[in-house]
Amino acid sequence: MEQVASIPATVAERILQRRLRRGYLADRLFAYTTWLFAGVVLALVLAISVALLVGAWPAIRKFGVGFLTSADWNPVTDTYGAVVPITGTLVTSVIAMIIAVPVSFGIAVFITELAPRWLRRPIGTAVELLAAIPSIIYGMWGLFVFAPLFAEHFQPWVIEYIGRLPLIGGLFSGPPLGIGVFTAGIILAIMVIPFVTAVMRDVFDLVPAVLKESAYGLGATTWEVLRYVVLPYTKVGVAGGIMLGLGRALGETMAVTFVIGNAHQLNSSLFMPGNTISSTLANEFTEATGELYTAALIELGLVLFFITFLVLALAKLLLLRLTAREGERT
Amino acid sequence: MAYDGSSARGRVDLRLTGSYKREQTVEGECARQGRVAEAGESAEQAACGSSATTCIEVRDLSFFYGRYQALQAINLELQARRVTAFIGPSGCGKSTLLRTFNRIYELYPGQYATGQILIDGNNILDKRQDLNLLRARVGMVFQKPTPFPMSIYDNIAFGVKLYQRLSRYDMDERVEWALRKAALWEEVKDKLKQSGTLLSGGQQQRLCLARAVAVKPEILLLDEPASALDPISTLKIEELIEELKGEYTIIIVTHNMQQAARVSDYTAFMYLGKLVEFAGTDTIFTRPREKETEDYITGRYG
Repeated sequence: MEQVASIPATVAERILQRRLRRGYLADRLFAYTTWLFAGVVLALVLAISVALLVGAWPAIRKFGVGFLTSADWNPVTDTYGAVVPITGTLVTSVIAMIIAVPVSFGIAVFITELAPRWLRRPIGTAVELLAAIPSIIYGMWGLFVFAPLFAEHFQPWVIEYIGRLPLIGGLFSGPPLGIGVFTAGIILAIMVIPFVTAVMRDVFDLVPAVLKESAYGLGATTWEVLRYVVLPYTKVGVAGGIMLGLGRALGETMAVTFVIGNAHQLNSSLFMPGNTISSTLANEFTEATGELYTAALIELGLVLFFITFLVLALAKLLLLRLTAREGERT
Repeated sequence: MAYDGSSARGRVDLRLTGSYKREQTVEGECARQGRVAEAGESAEQAACGSSATTCIEVRDLSFFYGRYQALQAINLELQARRVTAFIGPSGCGKSTLLRTFNRIYELYPGQYATGQILIDGNNILDKRQDLNLLRARVGMVFQKPTPFPMSIYDNIAFGVKLYQRLSRYDMDERVEWALRKAALWEEVKDKLKQSGTLLSGGQQQRLCLARAVAVKPEILLLDEPASALDPISTLKIEELIEELKGEYTIIIVTHNMQQAARVSDYTAFMYLGKLVEFAGTDTIFTRPREKETEDYITGRYG
């Protein structure tokens, strides 16, 4: 009796064991696979850095730090300095963010707090559609539609009135060309707005209704609720959205290439043509002859890589400090 | 504060659902009384006479979530400086009713109320009623603790700053005063700069109470203030209610009938959007007039 009973038991046990072992192996396999995939990301980042470094090496060896401090970019004499494209990249991105952040904030607030229900979805969808438009379309629109209008109606007025002011006047002087650094910044802003708006809207929607009710319940106005409750509650997400937009602005190529004017000259006026790192690369890579020219362009790419990395790192640091500070004081 | 509870309750017994008396027009006094309290004087009984006075008068109040009618012609009179509890099964409309008193429902499209709610004789459902001022007079605490994402100090100061410009010293005083009112001062006085969200659930809820009290409202609306808390925190909240009722008109929505019995002077039983019975708490719990009330408080449905 005992044996009869124990034989099926051991069989069942063995089957169970086998199944358990199989499950265990599958788990391990799955874990290793995810390790592999995640590792690929790190490997890629490393590989890109190395490739850029190797490709840029001739230029790094030739110019050293001078590459970052010289504004002289001359393929004829084979001397290259990156100040113009670096400045162009930073300035256009800053202009873009100065315009895009408040506008995006406004749109997101309108969609989440103020718009009547039936209007929320159409506007939200429109914002998402804007994000889906290819950048070259923005570039063409900027060059053929926006720039002429800008040159005809906006720039003369600004040059006439703001251009005369002390201090900031210099930023808005020169001929009304339509294209230029400022135009590039505006086009970038338009391109970045959908991204920043979408993120802000999503995080604003995450604020618990009862938290907002508490603030309204104290008699706060919509603005006060936004400023003191919604924004602090969502600051990490909002900062993330802004960084997403900034990342896009820094790297955007086609649209900027269309409208920035592509001139390697440093100008105090934002209305003058300039260059960014990515537009320089887009314009000149095809015609780059000679090892040094190519290396200089690749080094530009390396610089952009670093700028983007730096911006992201700074943003993370800022957020960490904000969160840490909240523990002790406001 | 020596008030003869039994006589007041006895009087209210006569004032059953829907049969409010017109002659009760002392709401104006209630307003004055509120201001007296704001001035910091403790002679609250002086202004309003020796017995309870009407502070909130609800007339034919109906409420709609879109096309769904959640409240059906409610008539009710709430006494100043007393605790009134709203009880009833889930979905009976007690929270909805509470939310009409500061018109917080207006944040959501499609929700509206008809009828009248008189606070100190003014119909607060009037379109001309300034919402921010109304909400300064009618504070609210929710079921879930909702500390703002800022320091403990600023959580209190936030509401005060909306209405008053206080010097730093006065603000410090006010914050301490409010935190003491909410019996939280001793626990947080050394970490006022810490984020309010780091406190425990019970402390957070008392912070919310302090925040509501700091604005010095006349009326406090408590929407199941203790239902998310442990028994000790619940007890603290109940003690607070007991203490605060000398100065504020308190309305509390609760699922916990023992709580209603412990803290309130009057109890309103609601069912399916209707006010079934409103009377002194003792009466409701010992000699309910309606069968539905009795069924509910004895646990036969709900």
